[in-house]
Amino acid sequence: MARSGGIELRGLEKTYASPAGPVHAVRGMDVEVHEGETVALLGPNGAGKSTTVDILLGLQRPDAGTVAVFGGPPERAVGGGRVGAMLQDGGVLRDLAVGELVAMMAALFPRPLEVDEALRLAQLSGLSDRRTERLSGGERQRLRFAVALVSDPDLLVLDEPTVGMDVESRRAFWSTIRELSGRGKTFLFATHYLEEADAYADRVVLMAQGRVVADGPPTEIKAIVGSRTIRATLPSVPLEELERLPGVTHAERRGESVALACSDSDVALRELLARHPEARDIEVRGAGLEDAFVQLTADQQVPT
Amino acid sequence: MSNPLAYARFELLRTFRNRRLYIFSLGFPLVLYYAIAAPNRNVHSLGGTGISAPLYFMVGLAAFGAMNAVLGSGGRIAAERAVGWNRQLRLTPLSTRTYFRVKVATAYMMGILTIALLYVAGATLGVHLQAGNWVAMTGLMLVGLAPFAALGILLGHLLTSDSIGPAIGGTTAVFALLGGTWFPITSGAMQKIAEALPSYWLVQASHVGLGGQGWGTTGWIVVAAWTVGAALLARHAYARDTQRV
Repeated sequence: MARSGGIELRGLEKTYASPAGPVHAVRGMDVEVHEGETVALLGPNGAGKSTTVDILLGLQRPDAGTVAVFGGPPERAVGGGRVGAMLQDGGVLRDLAVGELVAMMAALFPRPLEVDEALRLAQLSGLSDRRTERLSGGERQRLRFAVALVSDPDLLVLDEPTVGMDVESRRAFWSTIRELSGRGKTFLFATHYLEEADAYADRVVLMAQGRVVADGPPTEIKAIVGSRTIRATLPSVPLEELERLPGVTHAERRGESVALACSDSDVALRELLARHPEARDIEVRGAGLEDAFVQLTADQQVPT
Repeated sequence: MSNPLAYARFELLRTFRNRRLYIFSLGFPLVLYYAIAAPNRNVHSLGGTGISAPLYFMVGLAAFGAMNAVLGSGGRIAAERAVGWNRQLRLTPLSTRTYFRVKVATAYMMGILTIALLYVAGATLGVHLQAGNWVAMTGLMLVGLAPFAALGILLGHLLTSDSIGPAIGGTTAVFALLGGTWFPITSGAMQKIAEALPSYWLVQASHVGLGGQGWGTTGWIVVAAWTVGAALLARHAYARDTQRV
């Protein structure tokens, strides 16, 4: 049973037909978000984040599994005006000014914020009279945020909210999220930026290929996907030897160069230079989310 | 409390701010009218019917223009879907009923405006009618526009913004041609086909201004059937339309 607050997804499955055969977008998702929590849904493109978001908003029906939002079906929470959302790839209506569009949407809800307050929260105060078709990409994204929050919802669902925003807008956006979170709102945001999930979420749900592969505090998730790779030109050393270096989990050779996947790149690099001083062209870099996921799912080293 | 009237007001506002609308939806029938009727303004009995050319073309283009204007809601809906706005609306308490009412009201505003413009244009070319005739003709045309209001919403939710233009253009052309908007249809198989179309009855409604009899039972049944059928399909299309486009 779902509790009265928050979101509960159990055993979600969703398959789409496509010309290349069925696509299993979501295969067995279990996620819980408690009231007042800020949770990041982190995963590479195609992990099933947007499908999960659509299902929990009632925009799509799962093939199997159950969804509860505030203890009932999503339609009830949405119908009561308790949910706000920024959907992926959305635009805005044209032929209205910024303030007019926000007022238009506010008129649909039972207890909306003042339009000026919504514009302030979305850093759009000076742009109230500007026509929506004249906005920059980042401003349009902030307008979509204003539309999502003008209803004063208890739950805000944000699908890739900062795409198209510049650094300054991003910072302001997240500070607003913090402010609203302080008022007890529940947040679920989908992102493929590890840094955002790490910096702003209380908890991170890691998704890959339609499943939850990890669910925990940001530090834990960062340790899993934040691994680094050392690359170096090192022609004659056997891979087995490199794999035995402390801090190295896996080694690969591409021609003269080697790539060492590391659990602790600092230790690994010191040892590498101590034992193989002839190594040159050394590069250390974050593995990136995609690489990390490939490794996670390939090795089946999936912590729960 | 939520405020559907305020919502509807913004919907109308944005419709009337769209410039393409004035040029094509309102301007086209008006230009066509002056092009056809002005050179014939002194023809007082078209083909010996006793009907003046400015009056005959006024009512015909009012029917055609209004049909076009009302179907135009489909284009606006497709454009809204292209930016994902139908999905955004699903995340509000806006009911299906209110959504449809607002869309129909907006479509009718466009239709009424088209009819009014044609009447004014007719008056400038010397068209005179009894007040009762104006009212009877307009009232019946407004009923006759109902199937097109439903069809516009249906097409808007079925098609993308790329395909909606040709689709509505083609729909209008076929309805106008087979419904007798351009050429009077008076006999044979064409007559049977025409009588099954809502456009034929819209034209008949406009011909009340020419002394026509309006609709008999068949007319009311055909218009009602198209309205109910298209409205049910439109509701179904709307209900299904929650995916990314």
